[in-house]
Amino acid sequence: MAGTWVFVEQRDGNIRKVTFEMISEAKKFGEEVSAVVFGKGVEALAPEFAKYGADKVYAVDADVFANYNTGAFVAQMAAMIAEFNPNAVLFAHTFGGRDFASRLAQKLEVGLATDAIDLDISAGKGVFTRAIYAGKAISKVEVTTSPILATVRPGVCEVVENAGAGEVVKPAVAATDADVYQVIKEFVPTVSARPDLSEADAVVSGGRGCKGPDGIKLVEELADLLGAGVGGSRASIDSGWLGHELQVGQTGKVVNPNLYIACGISGAIQHLAGMSSSKFITAINTDPEAPIFGVADFGVVGDLFKVVPLLIDELKK
Amino acid sequence: MKVLVCVKQTFDTEAKIELKDGKISDAGINLIINPYDEHAVEGAIQLKEKKVVSEVVVLSAGADKSMDAIRTALAMGADRGILVKQDIAADEYSRAVALAAAIKEENPDLILAGHVAADDGSSQVPTRIAEILGLPHVNVITSVEIADGKATCSSEADGGTQVTEVTLPAVISAQVSWNEPRYPSMKGIMQAKKKPVATVDAVATEDKVKIVEFSLPPAKEAGIKLEDDPDVCAAQLADFIKNTAKAEIKA
Ligand SMILES: Cc1cc2nc3c(=O)[nH]c(=O)nc-3n(C[C@H](O)[C@H](O)[C@H](O)COP(=O)(O)OP(=O)(O)OC[C@H]3O[C@@H](n4cnc5c(N)ncnc54)[C@H](O)[C@@H]3O)c2cc1C
Ligand SMILES: Nc1ncnc2c1ncn2[C@@H]1O[C@H](COP(=O)(O)O)[C@@H](O)[C@H]1O
Repeated sequence: MAGTWVFVEQRDGNIRKVTFEMISEAKKFGEEVSAVVFGKGVEALAPEFAKYGADKVYAVDADVFANYNTGAFVAQMAAMIAEFNPNAVLFAHTFGGRDFASRLAQKLEVGLATDAIDLDISAGKGVFTRAIYAGKAISKVEVTTSPILATVRPGVCEVVENAGAGEVVKPAVAATDADVYQVIKEFVPTVSARPDLSEADAVVSGGRGCKGPDGIKLVEELADLLGAGVGGSRASIDSGWLGHELQVGQTGKVVNPNLYIACGISGAIQHLAGMSSSKFITAINTDPEAPIFGVADFGVVGDLFKVVPLLIDELKK
Repeated sequence: MKVLVCVKQTFDTEAKIELKDGKISDAGINLIINPYDEHAVEGAIQLKEKKVVSEVVVLSAGADKSMDAIRTALAMGADRGILVKQDIAADEYSRAVALAAAIKEENPDLILAGHVAADDGSSQVPTRIAEILGLPHVNVITSVEIADGKATCSSEADGGTQVTEVTLPAVISAQVSWNEPRYPSMKGIMQAKKKPVATVDAVATEDKVKIVEFSLPPAKEAGIKLEDDPDVCAAQLADFIKNTAKAEIKA
């Protein structure tokens, strides 16, 4: 039994960054690392994984994998695990990744550590650090079954270039249409020129203090200057200023950017749950007592309608 | 048609977390229904109001205290409850096995759950239940239409909205934007006391993951809090963004 597999998150050949993060991280433990990719025309992606150190690329090409569907993906992965016997399989903690990993774990009747923020896969053991109670506590869990399964939070591992052989292996297609039990009727991509919140290097968020679309426009202008994602507190989402998919927090998205800028957000515990692991946190708020200042590396006590336009001018200099 | 809703009892989201003897202490903590599960309960009750379903059963695995979570769901409008007695430290595998065994007895047409528990945030149990029961599942739904023995769900997927159709029975897990949970009325609370709740013991299982340790995140060092004229603040913040955070200016 050997090696760590990283399941590739991609849609139409667009690979999510978290895939490279996981490959880079897995390389640290000195074992063989393989990328596993299911889809249409995915063999061509192999050099992408080799760039970050993938020793092997298991590419499975078939129509049944054109879009993610749990049944076919689980059937295929279970067959490959039986044949190749990996020590550990890592998935991204995303809509698809956690769905896939959970169903696979139960089919194999094994344990699964989800949403890992740190991992240690050495000496055949898998120990994962997880943020629980919305980041208010940390647990370390060991998956005691084999193979070791985990999902990894996007943005927590660094991408490191590291040339690997990227030898392509083409396993037999083990899934058929009969394994599919979900009919995907439609997928409507969110049209946005801005980066996805969970992958963005910077996120600018607006809260109730934005007072309406005009304030949000300032947030968006600042975000675009930084190539940042735009997010919001529940107050601004519930007010209809931003779409539901942009909520940051316990019941929204967990973001991990290098830079987080909170504009007119008080910093309720449920909001902090979604952003407090950002590397640099800044906040603009009129209330010096706002709890957001408790987590901010650089806080400005001031009116965002005055400070943000000046900040935009300063950054443009 | 019968709907079964899985509800987990969790800490109030405002709760301050403390450790005692290396474990998370529940002393003085207000316990609630996992927020996502409230949306699943609301979804089930609305299906009953629309006469799509005739009975709503709530199911929780946990200690005796979890009865409060069941009573809250009954007060919202569910018809009866089942408490599976289980150590609250049981892992996702053990919880799924225990819940699936109780669900099998009930043979519901639809199983609803939250998509993640706000305490240990694992997002596994509903999908595991579906696998054990050999049923299709759809996660993170924001709406569902039930017709002709099928459920058509919209889900919040990465990078977009996905519409998925599955045949019933199926397991469906809720996102909070699905609906707005009602508060139990006084009348609902009174009625809930008389609604039947069965208690069963959990199936014996062996956990597949082991907790190595719990800890609290390191306290964050106090940062800079600047109160000055807006132009001074803006200049210093810009300096922090460029030179400390080293963010790239794109435009
Ligand atoms: C179960 C549960 C789950 C939740 N999940 C989430 C979640 O995922 N995400 C989330 O965000 N919330 C969540 N909440 C809600 C959370 O508790 C707060 O209500 C919410 O975060 C408040 O949003 P806010 O900071 O924008 O608004 P407020 O708390 O109203 O704060 C607005 C802030 O703007 C400041 N302000 C006003 N005017 C200006 C100005 N001109 N310039 C600068 N600052 C100004 C004010 O001083 C204030 O601090 C949840 C709550 C519950 C109970
Ligand atoms: N002990 C439990 N009792 C009832 N339902 C549960 C339990 N644990 C998890 N669930 C259900 O599974 C969902 C996801 O939980 P989890 O997989 O633990 O994140 C929850 O929102 C509940 O609907």
